[in-house]
Amino acid sequence: MARAKDALIAALALLVRRRRPRLRRGERERVVPPPPGNAGAELLAIGLLLAGAACAIGFVVVYVLDRLPAHTQLLGLALGLSCLCIAAALIVTAQRLIVTEELEDDYPANEHPEEQELVAQVIEESGLTRRRLFKLSLLAAGGALGVAVLAPVASLGPAIDLVRFYTTPWRRGRRLVDEHGRPYRASDIEEDNFYTAFAQGSDKEALASSVVLVRLPPGELHLPPENAGYAADGIVAFSKICTHAGCAISLYRAPLFQPDEPTPALVCPCHYSTFNPATGGEVTFGPAGRKLPMLPLTIAPNGELRAAGNFDGPVGPSWWGVRERKPRA
Amino acid sequence: MIRRLVRFVDQRSGTAPFLRKTLRYLFPDHWSFLLGEVALYAFVVLVATGVYLTLFYENSTAKVVYHGPYEPLRGEPMTEAYRSVVDISTTVKAGLLMRQTHHWAADIFLAAIVLHLLRIFFTGAYRKPRELTYWLGLTILLVSLLEGFLGYSLVDDLLSGMGLAIAYGVAMSLPFIGANLSSLIWDGPFPGKADFFSRMYVAHVFLIPLLIFVLLTAHLALVALKHHTQFRSEPRKTERKLVGVPMFPGQTPRSLGLFFAVAGVLFLLGGLVQINPIWLWGPYHTYVSTNGAQPDWYLGWLIGGLRLVPGFDLVIGNYTVVPNPFWGGAAFPLVVFLFLYLWPWIERKLTGDTAFHNLLDRPRDAPGRTAVGWSLLTWVFLIFVAGSSDRAYVLFNVPYIPQMWAYRVLAFVAPLLAGLIAFWVCRQLQEGELVERRRKRAEEQAKAQAEAEARQVTV
Repeated sequence: MARAKDALIAALALLVRRRRPRLRRGERERVVPPPPGNAGAELLAIGLLLAGAACAIGFVVVYVLDRLPAHTQLLGLALGLSCLCIAAALIVTAQRLIVTEELEDDYPANEHPEEQELVAQVIEESGLTRRRLFKLSLLAAGGALGVAVLAPVASLGPAIDLVRFYTTPWRRGRRLVDEHGRPYRASDIEEDNFYTAFAQGSDKEALASSVVLVRLPPGELHLPPENAGYAADGIVAFSKICTHAGCAISLYRAPLFQPDEPTPALVCPCHYSTFNPATGGEVTFGPAGRKLPMLPLTIAPNGELRAAGNFDGPVGPSWWGVRERKPRA
Repeated sequence: MIRRLVRFVDQRSGTAPFLRKTLRYLFPDHWSFLLGEVALYAFVVLVATGVYLTLFYENSTAKVVYHGPYEPLRGEPMTEAYRSVVDISTTVKAGLLMRQTHHWAADIFLAAIVLHLLRIFFTGAYRKPRELTYWLGLTILLVSLLEGFLGYSLVDDLLSGMGLAIAYGVAMSLPFIGANLSSLIWDGPFPGKADFFSRMYVAHVFLIPLLIFVLLTAHLALVALKHHTQFRSEPRKTERKLVGVPMFPGQTPRSLGLFFAVAGVLFLLGGLVQINPIWLWGPYHTYVSTNGAQPDWYLGWLIGGLRLVPGFDLVIGNYTVVPNPFWGGAAFPLVVFLFLYLWPWIERKLTGDTAFHNLLDRPRDAPGRTAVGWSLLTWVFLIFVAGSSDRAYVLFNVPYIPQMWAYRVLAFVAPLLAGLIAFWVCRQLQEGELVERRRKRAEEQAKAQAEAEARQVTV
């Protein structure tokens, strides 16, 4: 009985071996092992690809039907789902439909000493590296041509003439106007409020044009001696551009509750540089390294606010040597 | 059919040997190796959506008045650039989808690069012979930061302008060249002339993408020439032998699948999750700003740096040498990048290790490196979080000034602590493994001994 079973197994083994296809002439051995048969996975991949196609068509349909609500959302949903279906199909393909081979390979050689030597030899034996004067002239020619080619970069802007950095539209007698060009009157400026003004007739976008106006209670003003007389009836004006990084100062912290917030503050929202308008714009917190430029004010006989001169320092973010400059009209 | 095609290609280009090698090029398998690929595919989506946007974007600062369908902005004076982006977002079919997908892709592109960098750093993949690959990758990151910033500045909405003002402040603060350089870039003082927008535009849509493409090509070519690194996950993997899945058929569907997955997620985000609703901010004017404004995430660390530095300019007598924004906006990123560029060299000097490395370390295998990495990461991350302190103030009413002081102290203390803890954790993990290995060996010995004794007994 056992013998018969052995014989049967041997015969089966022979049969199985015979079933493996023999290589015919001109036929080659497989490089990639045969893929696993997996009808379910194949069906899944096909289904996902068709779903991807359907979503893509859905995208076109939504695109054409213009008046759908939530147009952007539907478009994104269709295109995104289409891509994700295709991605899922490819991942099913990678995991189930093809063989995942784990092969070995050698890393490339770390170096090729013989080739290195040959390269160095060829360069040395060319004779070019030994001629010192030639090398120097080559360097001179290359360098000079490089400078020549780069010189037109100077056309980009006035790199040498920096007068424009401390030119302002302000001078004695210039009116302070609001966004629509209407002159401010001293009586327009209320306490605990915050106003943006521009030099009349100037480009409002120029950094030196805009100022902030606040009115402080008479007892609160403690201007330093160099800013004595800059305030007009408790109204003070400062450049609206932060001396730190050039953002507009658009926050005013009026001291509504004395014990908590003892000083009024002009704050730049970009990095919270904080300036005290009562002491001539000195920095009380934050990264600004220079006080806010202050504009001297007067009140004209008709009640209009006028500049009494120029700022007491350069407007906008600091640059090297900024403190040596005085603003000019 | 396939044979005829291959023969055609080979006869005309002689590339059959190269093609065969390429098809059987091996990719070692680990999930973290996909981070770089995610960045690559996000870049593809960026280029595709970006090209679409250029077809509608108007690169002009000419003043116009808005008369489009978006009610709140009607009658508002603005630049043509901003109006064109509002139009892309409202009237151009699929325009908003493309714009938002572009923006999301930029954020994810940079996130993937940063995570990829962390993987490279903490596994020591940058070591000889792959320093060039690492430097190229760092340069791609550096250039991409600028590219992202330019893209967000071209919109010319309020946030664009505030960002540009800060960039101008930082450029002005560069010692000795600041004012001259800014004057060149902006063609005069901020906000500059019309040609400044042309300059940003040509840089954003042509020069920098081309540069990224060239750097990326060199980066990938070097990866392929030196082959991928691999973890020591099995004994077959050595410094000389690489074990992996071949490019074809194994890796191709996976990689393509990843591409479609990245694209799919980006389009879903672009369609369903609003990002940068530029119509809400309105046009920029130099005299306008808003509270609680934040840049895209990858610039948050610079905002943090700018916020944290105490208020001082470096002054000699009456001469300003270094204005304040230089420290947080220029010196801080320079230090971080310089350190990252020099790190392979520093490590070589410290450890004396000049060998070639194809096998990766796990973070615990090199406690010193892991500690240094955690210190740097903690430092940059803290300053990044400090950049959002105004949000904490505006949203949760956490007082701002104490926040700043806490971050200023933490910026010095936390990196040290993080480094020490990382070092200690690595050592503990190493010791744990050692104990485990000893236990296993002892158990095996005991088992062998017991068996030997059992055999003796039977004999």
